[in-house]
This record gives sequence, structure tokens and C-alpha cells, in this order.
Amino acid sequence: MSTIARLTLGVLALATLTACATETPASDGSAAERKSPGKVAVAATDTECKVAATEIAAGTSTFAITNGGSKVTEFYVYAPGDRVMAEMENIVPGLTRELIAELPAGTYETACKPGMVGKGIRNALKVTGEHTPLDADAKLAEATKSYKRYIESQSDTLLVKTQEFVDAVKAGDIGKAKELYPVSRTYWERIEPVAEIFGDLDPAIDAREADLAEGEEWTGYHRIEKDLWVGKDVSKDGPIADKLLADVKTIVAKAGTAQLTPLNLANGAKGLLDEVATGKITGEEDIWSHTDLWDFDANLQGSKAAVQSLRPVLEERAPDLVKTLDEKFTAAEAALGAHRKGDGWQLHNELSKAELKALSDAINALAEPISKIAPIVAK
Amino acid sequence: MSERISRRTMFGLGAAGLAAAAGAGALATRSTPQQPTTAHAPSPSDPFPFYGPHQAGIVTPAQDRLHFVAFDVTTTKKAELVSLLQEWTAAAARLTQGKEAGSFGAAGGDPEAAPDDTGEALGLPASGLTLTIGFGPTLFDDRFGLAAQRPAALADLPKFPGERLIPEISGGDICVQACAHDPQVAVHAIRNLARIGFGRVSVRWSQLGFGRTSSTSRAQATPRNLMGFKDGTANMKLEDTELLRDQLWAAEQDGSAWMAGGSYLVTRKIRMNIETWDRASLREQEDIFGRDKGEGAPLGKKQEFDAVDFAARRPDGQPYIAEKSHVRLAHPSAHGNAHLLRRGYNYVDGSDGLGRLDAGLFFIAYQRDVRKQFVPIQMGLAKNDLLNEYIQHVSSGLFACPPGVQDAGDYWGRSLFG
Repeated sequence: MSTIARLTLGVLALATLTACATETPASDGSAAERKSPGKVAVAATDTECKVAATEIAAGTSTFAITNGGSKVTEFYVYAPGDRVMAEMENIVPGLTRELIAELPAGTYETACKPGMVGKGIRNALKVTGEHTPLDADAKLAEATKSYKRYIESQSDTLLVKTQEFVDAVKAGDIGKAKELYPVSRTYWERIEPVAEIFGDLDPAIDAREADLAEGEEWTGYHRIEKDLWVGKDVSKDGPIADKLLADVKTIVAKAGTAQLTPLNLANGAKGLLDEVATGKITGEEDIWSHTDLWDFDANLQGSKAAVQSLRPVLEERAPDLVKTLDEKFTAAEAALGAHRKGDGWQLHNELSKAELKALSDAINALAEPISKIAPIVAK
Repeated sequence: MSERISRRTMFGLGAAGLAAAAGAGALATRSTPQQPTTAHAPSPSDPFPFYGPHQAGIVTPAQDRLHFVAFDVTTTKKAELVSLLQEWTAAAARLTQGKEAGSFGAAGGDPEAAPDDTGEALGLPASGLTLTIGFGPTLFDDRFGLAAQRPAALADLPKFPGERLIPEISGGDICVQACAHDPQVAVHAIRNLARIGFGRVSVRWSQLGFGRTSSTSRAQATPRNLMGFKDGTANMKLEDTELLRDQLWAAEQDGSAWMAGGSYLVTRKIRMNIETWDRASLREQEDIFGRDKGEGAPLGKKQEFDAVDFAARRPDGQPYIAEKSHVRLAHPSAHGNAHLLRRGYNYVDGSDGLGRLDAGLFFIAYQRDVRKQFVPIQMGLAKNDLLNEYIQHVSSGLFACPPGVQDAGDYWGRSLFG
């Protein structure tokens, strides 16, 4: 199965990245790290998340997650404030996938997310052992490293899901393609600010029809969206689909080598909420499919991932801001959560003006404190 | 009833006070035809001359307030349209001089008749009111036999990337731009013209504006737009005589003799994403515009009117003025020295129902040929301007503004219809 081959590649890529990361002098690298690379089995089902250990040694650990349930699941290791330390997406039923996590001493939570929704099934995880606290610069370096891990894991699944979407389009399976459209975009929308660093690829992948000048060629997700929902005919979209996949592959490769700064993270977190405010709340992003709330959720998660990567720095420099951010993220997630429908979301055109206003207010309330992060991390 | 009764002489001795008295003084000398249309009104309450070779309201130093209206012509009879233009011209000649729209006025007519002026400007001075008319491309269809008269320079605008035009607030057969220092005076003028037009024209859309966003004279300070930046520093100004001749006024040799002395107008309603802009860092805001926010100086320079140096680089090797900054892309040097005379206004249409200001810039630009001026400039901006993340064009208008009205025997558009 080609899918499995790709998944394996994804895990290898992640392992390579982690290996690179441990070579940097900023790591608290003691010999103990390499001596006891603990392997922790995780048995996930639709209702349970059994983690074989509740306490592990500081350093690099490998989680082997087996999905014994019927729904696709995800596995996370969270630091306080739901800062993602490591995550594995898209673990399909019957599969075991390995996740390598580099964890300093501290208290964490693990989570399985059957159906890929909600807070997940949580367990406490204690990590003990020698841990040298990072100095300020090292904390900033760790922040960008942590966010790059996030980009990597999202890119990985973006490739898988875009492939599935493209396959469905090329097979002429309109029903399946419509189902996969908002799902594959989720991974794209989470990392869009990084993607936008690569200039002309973003329009090729994500331009809306109105963005174009007369005579400009229109490619990417929204071109296929229109054909799926309006023309209901994708028989001529093979080349568009192929180009979408090729562009996504290029951007993922470039994202892997991107040099990020803490300021990129802060501005990316703000940029994602700007996207929500100007595109998703108004329904302009997905004007034919009306699946804007998938993108909304993804932007919000992507913003949170960037903010949480900066959390150790912010906790030291602006503890009150961290508290505010936690509150406002929770409120925004709750406002959006009211519109969950099954594994997905209500359509934009199913929401009343008052409901949209509540979402708009929640985003404004969150984006204001987020705009205060940049000057703090730029110090 | 005296048909020369003016709002000021009736009520000017009361609350309107000194300004009104000064205005009344100006009334006596105002009608001498030698006065150039570009003269500065001595005080904000005074009138500008209505008659002249060019319409007022173009190079006239930009007043503080705007009411802009676009009409659809509903009559199919050319004669009715011409008589409307004649009635409008007569009313405009009165209104711009601080008089009432009709000869009886708001309170002087037959008690059984509806007054021929709506009355809300009673007691107010002329307030620098100018009324400027323009004819849209749709007027040159087959209804009035004007197709052959359509100027080549009145070319339909292309689709610009990123625009989200709303048809109901775009276009129009005829426009009237009312500018004044008092919003009540501007609104009064449009309201009375619309009333005169009922049955022959119908209001398609209209727009209020405040806080002129451009200076059209070197005597005026550069104002700020709602993004907080000085806008229009490099605008064409009435003192630039040669530039106005070359790039503002249409000439007979341009192909449409009836437009000689006129100018072409483009309006764009540009909604700003105010809330996301306000959260952008000062550095980002300044990089987007290419000017500093406090002084308005080009980045890397100190004073607002210092020449922009696009080649200058910061110590780190990056240009001071980013490649996709607004000032670089909009600058005449980027478009073969194409200039615009801008006289736009800020607008706030309340809020948008999502808790956000419905606000932005009502862009107004006059020029000799849209194909050589607005179109290439805007195409460059629409494709590349960093500002696009924070703005959206939601309405568009294009109009041929004929030359000025010579005297009381002349009327708006006579060179086209006569």
C-alpha cells in the first residue's frame, strides 16, 4: 500500500529531525539520554488510551501507539497549557506508529484523540531526571525548534491528506472528494503563515477566484472546490490536482528547511487570527463549499501551537499575558465548539449573524493579547 | 417674495454669527466672472465660484466633507434628460452660492405647496460647497444616441485582482460629487438635486465622507487616512500648472472635443480591515506604507516632503522602502510618471453587524486618461501592494466630468447634448 510507505517515510522524517535537534548544544544532553531511550507502548481504542508508563526518564523517549479502535486517532504529549511537545496525527485503525519525543523533566499529559476531535483521553505523565534549565536565548531557540516540530508533523499529514484528496478528484469520486476537501485543508490552514514565506506558491495552492487578474491562470484548492460544488464535474481537473499535489510537496520541502525566528512565530500566530477575521467569519474563504469553520478551527489551532511554543519565554517575561491568552483561547475554542457537527463543523451558511458576531468577538478578544507577544519575544 | 433671498440674509444675524456675516460680505464680490475657479475661499464658510472653464470641486482645495451620489437615468427621452441637466445646473449655481435650491425657498412659497427647498441648510453659509457632475459609461449606450460620443479615455476598467465589487454600489449613469466644509450643506445639496430628478433619474447609491484624505493645494497640510498615515503627499496639486495641463484636463486633441477642459473621475470604495490593522506592529505598518507614521517621511528620510530614494539601503543591505510597499508601487516613477489628482475621503458606515467598523477610504481620483493613469497604477497595486492584506475594494465608479459651465445661459453637459 502506498499509504503505508508514505507513513513510514513520515516517521523517518520526524526521527531524523529529532536526531538533528539533539545535536544542538542547547539541549540538556547528558549521556543518560542516549543510554535509556525508553520505549512506551500506548494502546488506543475509541474509548481508552492506555499508556504503559506514568513516569519516564528525561531525554528522548519513543511512544509506540497502536490504534485498536475503529476511528482514526491522534496522540499528543502536552506540557502545561497544552503546549504540544510531540504529536502523531492520522493513526488509522489497526496501525502502530512510533513517535519520538524529547522531554525534559517536568509534568506532562498524554492524550489520545479518537475521531481526531476534542480534548482527548488524558493521562498524567511525569518525567524525572537531570534537567538543566535553559537560559533566555536557549528558551527562544527551543521555541522555534518546538514550532518546527509542529510544522513537520502537520506537513507530513498534509501530504497524506492532499494525496487522498487528489486521488479522489482524479478518480472522479465527487462525494469522497467533497468529504476530503475540508480535511486536507485543515493541515494547510494550520501552517499557512509559514507557507506564505514562500511567496508565489501560496497563491498557486490557495488563491480564490476573486484574487486573480484577467487572464491569470487559476489553480489550487479553490479551483477544485468550485468544480466540485458548482460545476459538479471534475473530469478535467486531473492536471490541476496533480499540480496542487506537486505545489504542496514543494512547499513542504521548503518549510522543512525554513529558518524561523521567535518573531515569525509571534507574527504567524497573529496572522492566522487575521485570516479568521477577514476570511472565515465572512465566509469568503470557501464560498462554494461553506466549509469555512474547518479552516477557522485549523487557523485557531495553528495560532495556538505557535503561541504555546513561545510559552516558556512568555511565562518568564509576561506571566499575566500567558494567563490572559489561556483564558481567551479557551473562550474562542468554546465559541467555535458550539458549532461542532459530528466529526466536522456546521457550514458557514448555517450560522446566524448573531452566531457569527459571537465568533468575531471571540477572535477579536484573543487577537488583541496575541498582538502583544511580538514585542515581548523581540526583546 | 424676493427670489434673491439667501439663507444667510434670512438667518445669518442669529446663531450663525460672525462667520455668516463674513460670508455675506463675500457675497457682494463673488459673482465677478474674472475670479479663477481655483481661488482659495478666504474662509471655510465662503463660496467658490460656480462658473468657469473647469468644474469646481476638482482642483478646488479639498473641503472637509463629501456626499457623493450616483444616479441611474430612468427616463428614456433625451429631451427630459436635457431639461433635468438644465434644472440641476440652475439649482447648483444657487446652492453653491449659499442660496436655496428653488426661488421660493424652504419657507417662502405657497402654504399649500411643498417648499422648493428642503430647508435643513437655512442659516448655514455656503461652506465652500462645490457640485461636480460626471457621466458614466452606461450613459453612452443606445438610449440617448450618445454611443459615438463616448470618449476613448472613458474605457471600462479591467477586473483588478482581489477586488470584491458590489454591483449595487458601483457604476451609475450620472454622478454628482458634493464637497463642503459642513456635512449638512453637502447632504442638503444632494438631497435637493435628487428631489428635482425624481421621475427622470433614480439614486443608485450614495456615499458620505469626512476628513479629506488628500491635499490638492500646497497651502493645505497633508491629512491622514483611517490607518493613521499621511496620504497623498505626492498628489498632483493646483499649483502644478503644467502637470495639470498634461495629466488632469482633457484636451480637444484627445479625440472627444466635448470633453475639452473636463476630466475623468474614478471612485473606489476601499474597505479597511480596521481591527486587524490596529493590531499590526508599527514596524509592519511603516514597512507597508514605506513612510514613517509620525512625520510621514519616506523611510530613511526625515521630512514628509523629502524626495523618496528607492535605492537607499539600510545598514543590513535591505532597501529602506520595501519592494512591495505602497509608496514604491504607487509612485509616479513606477508608472512612467503617471500622476493622479486624488481627493478622497474617509468613511465610516457604522459597523458591520459583526462588531467591526464598516470603514475605509472613499477614493476619488481625477485624470486625463484612465488607461494611462489609474488603470496601470491600480493594476500594480492590486497585484503586489503589501497593503492588500488589510483592504478590499468593494465599489467602483467611472465618469467623464465635462468642462465647466460658462454662465447662466450654459448648462452641465451642453457640449455633449447641445
